[in-house]
This record gives sequence, C-alpha cells and structure tokens, in this order.
Amino acid sequence: MKSEFPLLAAQPGLHYLDSAATAQIHRGALDAVLRHETGSRANVMRGTYALAEAADQAYESARTSAARFLNAAADEIVFTSGATAALNLVAHAFGAGLQAGDRVLVSQAEHHSNFVPWLMLRERQGIALDILPLRPDGQLDLDRLPELLHDQTRLVALTHCSNVTGAVTDVAAVVDAARRVGAKVLLDGAQAVQHGPQDVRVMGIDFYAFSGHKCFAPGGVGVLWARRELLRDLPPFHGGGGMVGEVGPGGFSWAEAPRRFEAGTPPIAQAVGLAAALDWMMGLDWPRLRMREAELCARLLDGLHDIRGLRVLGSMRADRRAPIVSFEMAGLHPHDICQVLDARGLALRGGHHCAQPLLAALGVEACTRASLALYNDAADVAALLDGLRHAAKVLR
Amino acid sequence: MSGGEELYQQAIKDWAQADHGHGRLDPADAAACADSPLCGDRVRLTLRLDSGRVAALAQETRGCLLCRAAASLLGRRASGMDAAAAASATAALEALLAEGRDAPPAWPELAMFAPARSFRSRHKCVLLPFRALRQALEGVSHREQ
Repeated sequence: MKSEFPLLAAQPGLHYLDSAATAQIHRGALDAVLRHETGSRANVMRGTYALAEAADQAYESARTSAARFLNAAADEIVFTSGATAALNLVAHAFGAGLQAGDRVLVSQAEHHSNFVPWLMLRERQGIALDILPLRPDGQLDLDRLPELLHDQTRLVALTHCSNVTGAVTDVAAVVDAARRVGAKVLLDGAQAVQHGPQDVRVMGIDFYAFSGHKCFAPGGVGVLWARRELLRDLPPFHGGGGMVGEVGPGGFSWAEAPRRFEAGTPPIAQAVGLAAALDWMMGLDWPRLRMREAELCARLLDGLHDIRGLRVLGSMRADRRAPIVSFEMAGLHPHDICQVLDARGLALRGGHHCAQPLLAALGVEACTRASLALYNDAADVAALLDGLRHAAKVLR
Repeated sequence: MSGGEELYQQAIKDWAQADHGHGRLDPADAAACADSPLCGDRVRLTLRLDSGRVAALAQETRGCLLCRAAASLLGRRASGMDAAAAASATAALEALLAEGRDAPPAWPELAMFAPARSFRSRHKCVLLPFRALRQALEGVSHREQ
C-alpha cells in the first residue's frame, strides 16, 4: 500500500503516524491534479470555449464523486476550502436564521473547528450553547442528551470521530434524540472519512463536513453536504462571482444551491484530485481494511499498555475507536517526545490538537497522538513502541 | 528525520529539573503570562522590583524541557535585570537561535540552547520565558513613563 503514496514510497524509513492531521496524498489524486492542470485548466462556469467546458465537466464530475462517497445527490455537495470552512458556512448560513432563545448543542469532544464557530454565533446572535460532556472513556455521554436538548434546540453539531481519543459517535442515538425536539444534526466528519465512505442517508443526518487532505487528496478543498431542502433555503455566506443570479445597484438575487455557496473561483484542481482519491477509496475492500486498522490499533494499544508511566486517553478497546490514539507519559512533555521520535523517523504530533475543551475535560494539558491510516503497518507500530521506550531513556 | 536527540543535553535536563525560582510572589510588583497558543506552553512570571530592577523572580512554567530550562535559568539569573537588560538577553538568545551567534559573555548558559537552532518550531519554546520577562519589565517601565 505504501508504494501507492509517492511521499511514503520516496522515504521508506519514514513511519508516518500523523494522518489525523494530514493524510498522505494518493498517487491517483496527484496524477489527476497534474492531468487537470496540464490538460483542462480553465475557470469554471465562466467560459464557453472547449477548455472551459472541460474544466466545467471535471469540476461537476468531482461533485458527483463526492456525492457518491456520501450516498448523496450531486446538487447537495458544496465544495469549500476544507472542513473548517464548511462548518463556518453552516454556522453563518444556518445560524443566520437563529436568534436569542434558540439553542445549539455541541460537545466537549469537538475540534476547535466545530466549537469556535458556535461560540462566535453565540456572540453574534445571542443563542445559547449547550455542551454535551464526555464519559471518562472519552465517549460522548449520550445519557445526558435528554436533559441538554430543549424545544429551542435548533441544531446538534457533533464530531463523527474524535481527533484525540478516536471515539466514534453513536450517530443513531444522537439523531433519535435530536429528532424528538425537532433539531437538525450536523456531523464533523473530518476524522471519519479517512476510514471509508460514509452514508449520510443511513445516518439520517442533515449536514456533513469533511476535508480532502485527510482522505488522501490535496489540501485546500473540502465538502459540505446538506439535505437539498435545507440548502435550497439557506442564505449565502460569502458574496462574489458565481453565487448570484442578477446583480445591480439595488441588490442581487441568489444563485441556486450549491453554487450559491461557492463564491469566487472554487478549488477546481483540488476538487478533481479529491474526486480521484474518493473514487479510489470507493473501490477498496473496506470491511477488510477496517479489520486491519482495528488489528493494528489493538497491537498499538497493547504495546502502549506495557510502557510504564504511559496513560492512553480514551478507551483501550480497539473496537470502540478509530485508530487515533493519544497518550501522556508521566513527566515527559509531548513536544520532547515527538522531537526524540522524529530523530528515529517517526512523525507524530504533540500538543492540544485544537481540542482544548476535550483535554480540559480529561484533565490533560497536552498529549502525544499516533494516528494510523490504511498505509500503516506492523513495522510502524513496532518502531513507535521502541521509540517511546527510547524517548523515556533520553528525556529522563 | 532529524538529529533531535542532541537537544537534550544533560545541562538542559539539569536546568529544567532544578526549576529555579518556581512559585508565585504575592504581592508582586509586576507580572506577565506568556502563552504559545499552538502547543499550550505557558509561563507565568511574578516579580518584585527595586528601582526598576528585578529583586526577586518567581516562575510557574507548563511546557517542554527547553521551555522549563529557560524559565529555570531566569529563576537563577534574572536578579538585578531591568527592562533594557531583559531586552538585550532576549535579543542575544534570538540571535543565537536564528543566526547561530555565540552566547554573550554575560550569558554563557545560553550556549546550551544552540542545538535548538536547527529546529525552528522549538525556538518559541526557548524564548517564551525571556519574552515573558521582557513583557513584565516593559509593562512597568511604560507605566512609569
């Protein structure tokens, strides 16, 4: 598998364990970007010449691929610059219809990208923000949902999978509870999409956001999916070319969705690269890959358990989490650990992982995170476990 | 891949372990809190002053070995410094990290941070306590102007 990823193929000594931050790009995605930029590069929705038509076709075809990846319709797919932009789009466009007295529920497990936009909405419009706590094992405490959901709750905005503990949200339980009070459900899918295609229809949700760079595609592109009937009525977020019907001194009319939400020149080549990555992913044997990821995660958790003074954040059961494993080592700072690991070819991230509310809830200031993707293997896990023992010797 | 282990010389570990000046002065004549928002490191300094110079410094540091070693160094060496001296020491440390300059004669201990030069992301860890000291002393000198 590593041979399909140009960077990993070029650096055989590298143990890349930071895919939760950015996954490596697949060769097919890179090739698609190059092909597009050297064969079909033109702006979209603006020209009538053959090259522009080819660019239009490539871009709209990318929209279709993203829709297939989510089991959605193409006109429900909005391309953004990433998951953060997609979440901010919802906070502004959906949030524009909220007012003082309305409520939004988020959780302690959110990445700042799905926390700060709602704090900002609270500041702008005086909504109330309810925060679902964590259980000690890092899972969302869904038993608290009934008391935290109100008739005024308009949106439940939760992570699909924690970027720190790897905890996977029980979406069915969340949707069931949200529907009882008539609230919409948004999932931040940034950490879930790397581990296989998603089905927004089966999940029964209303919004889904993810980034290309976390699913083997180029950076600078992301997706917001929203139900057609929701997108149809939402106001635009950004103004500019492409998102309007008519414009004059007296005002402007909205373009139809999804173009209404794609002001300016969109990330065309990036979307083409994303489509190539998603098409590739959709051709993989995900039951087998998920089993392999879970086996590697279990091997990692077992090994970490044997290192003295090391505490894993979240569940020790690989079947309860995505292969994202964060931990702290008594007396050692994550930056120092990562620095020593780097010297042995191990790429991991240390810090608060843009999840300060989650770390505060777990009583941790900073942690080290190993995140596995489909290209990781047992040698990567073994190198990490050896590296951590070595780091303890160097740093103590 | 890099030679990151050379950062962790015994001197760095010893200074961090010693944790000179750990604590908080109450009351204090000046205080500063410096954060590194990306990594969560935080240095809180409280100072007692005599004619604009540090009479006593206490530090509470949450951070990596490099940050803690730098804070501990200030805990031992800051006495007698004024705003100009803090600015000068900070500039010397910045020059050591960014340009590979030698540690100045007044601050030979800064040489222990020389291996951090190759690791730009770690410069802010070393500099955080010095920048906090500058902030605390410059706040006082601004108030006195």
